[in-house]
Amino acid sequence: MSSIRRRLLIILLAGTGAIWLCAVIWIQQSTRTEVGHVLDRRLQESAQMVASLIRRNGGIAGPDAASLVDDAPALPDTGHHDFARQLICQVWGFDGQLKSESDGAPSGQLAEQEGFSERTVDDEVWRVYTHVDADLGIRVMVGDARFMRERLVHGVAMGLLAPAMLILPLLAALIWLAVRSGLAPMDRLAQALSRRPATDLSPLGETRAPAELRPMIEALNGLFHRVEGLRERERSFTAFAAHELKTPLAGLKTQAQIATLAPDAATRDRALVQIAQGVDRTDRMVRQLLDMTATENPIDSTAPAEDGAKILADVAAALGGLAGARGVTLRLETGGAEWRSTQAALLAPALRNLLENAILASPAGATVEARLARDEGKVRFSVLDRGPGIAEADRPHVTERFYRGAASPSGGSGLGLSIVAAAVEAMGGELRLAPREGGGEQAEIILAGETQAPAS
Amino acid sequence: MRLLIVEDDPVLSDGLAVGLGLSGFTADAVGTLADARAALATGGFAGMVLDIMLPDGSGLDLLAELRAAGERLPVLLLTARDRVRDRVTGLDAGADDYLGKPFDLEELAARLRAMLRRQEGRAAAVIEWNGLRLDPATQTGRVGERELRFSRREFAVLHALAEHPGRILSKTQLEERLYGWQEEVESNAVEVHIHHLRAKLGRDFIQTLRGAGYRLADRGHEA
Repeated sequence: MSSIRRRLLIILLAGTGAIWLCAVIWIQQSTRTEVGHVLDRRLQESAQMVASLIRRNGGIAGPDAASLVDDAPALPDTGHHDFARQLICQVWGFDGQLKSESDGAPSGQLAEQEGFSERTVDDEVWRVYTHVDADLGIRVMVGDARFMRERLVHGVAMGLLAPAMLILPLLAALIWLAVRSGLAPMDRLAQALSRRPATDLSPLGETRAPAELRPMIEALNGLFHRVEGLRERERSFTAFAAHELKTPLAGLKTQAQIATLAPDAATRDRALVQIAQGVDRTDRMVRQLLDMTATENPIDSTAPAEDGAKILADVAAALGGLAGARGVTLRLETGGAEWRSTQAALLAPALRNLLENAILASPAGATVEARLARDEGKVRFSVLDRGPGIAEADRPHVTERFYRGAASPSGGSGLGLSIVAAAVEAMGGELRLAPREGGGEQAEIILAGETQAPAS
Repeated sequence: MRLLIVEDDPVLSDGLAVGLGLSGFTADAVGTLADARAALATGGFAGMVLDIMLPDGSGLDLLAELRAAGERLPVLLLTARDRVRDRVTGLDAGADDYLGKPFDLEELAARLRAMLRRQEGRAAAVIEWNGLRLDPATQTGRVGERELRFSRREFAVLHALAEHPGRILSKTQLEERLYGWQEEVESNAVEVHIHHLRAKLGRDFIQTLRGAGYRLADRGHEA
């Protein structure tokens, strides 16, 4: 799980740490350079000073002159000092004889050349300045041990870095606090959301929220609004469905009571037949209610493409029982039309309701025709019957939900054609209802032939 | 008693006609407002069972029309919409009673009996005349300790005559109350029922007024 807080903390701490580390290295380097410069200058001055002292004393006669350096004013003794006795001195004649040296100086010659040099003598690295005095014929070599210099640099650097070391954890704590308080509005939002009951879809208050969260809150409020709308539709649908089912249930209950009270077998049998019919009709209504919700659901674009002719054939096969019971013949003409649809979930209910209507409207012995044809890039499903057709007065209203024409076959729910219309609209097609030549009704669903056929 | 049922669901409509028939009513069923208006124009109904949602409009509109025209026909609203607000609307529109779907057939019959009784200006469920006690709920009669059983049609004839003991009902009026539209009426059916009733109640309980019809004999007659 990615956490903004953790990410911010890591980025800020790593960034601060890196900058801090760079600063440490930089301080160390510049300290080393500066200290090196200062100490070099000291070496140089010391060498010149020794040379000038020798000159004033009239030169060096012999090794006794060594006391020159020893007797040179030493630093006042301040007890133990790390940097005490950090300088050594050798005075060499041009003849290659050691004229004088300070205490603690190594036995070998400290340098070969004039100016600054470094040399390892007795396993120690020495930084040496050699002053050549041609008049006196001597070389004055003053040096200090490298490790002493390092210690000095280290001391100075540490003096600078110790406070920074202390600051680092403080800085980390500060960053942590800042991140926490900066993200607090998000926590509050999350808490407000998690505390909400499922029924509360009221919009979140935006006024107090920081600008960064406002787009999210607006988006959430938009979502709440849409969910609320959806839930309202579902609620009204549920109420409506329950309401619609009460009438067939009342019929069933009444017939059941008649069967119980029936004084004779004929009345009872008749009631039982009515019950069976009532169950069929109720079943149809329930299916239509489900179809109705199907037409309102978003289209599943990942549904596999199905053969249009097969969808029609399946629907017709499912209605074979109803047609048979009413003595109606179903005739399919698909003419080998190659067309596949990814919207079977919409197409099948539309076709089923059209065919069902045609069968129910047809007199016994009649034929209902269902055709699938392709022309001019369009796909045309036609359902033709020889029933009474839709009354002219009802024609403008037949696709309205629950509209039942006075002349419509009794017991219709008024849902069938509204489902067809909604499904066809969802598919982006066209529904045409027209009187059929020679009597009856001709219903057509016209769909775009290309868009529903996927490339694969 | 003859009722007009206005209900578009075929199974329920059939159930109402048959079920109310079992309770002693004669019921004619129609499925649309237009048919209901046509049926009412023919007259002869003692009451109406009316659905609200009908293919060609709302039953409440028909009810309002009837009441506006001064029609006092008792009307029981039968509908799936049975929230309090719907009931109030229906009753205020002029309905005499209101029953939500699904309902109990016996309750519907009892409510219809009560509704028609009030229409006749009676409060008691049992009709008494000349020592005969008629109970429309059970379609039985009682004279003293003796219990009398009648066929559905016999009871309907007796009930019709007993509602207004002094009033003369013609053979046609009795036939109208006995038979729905779809039923075949045999020409001497009423005479046959009167004959059977006289066998059970005594010859003089029902008087024949030649050329006019039938009525119950005056008080004081001993069964």
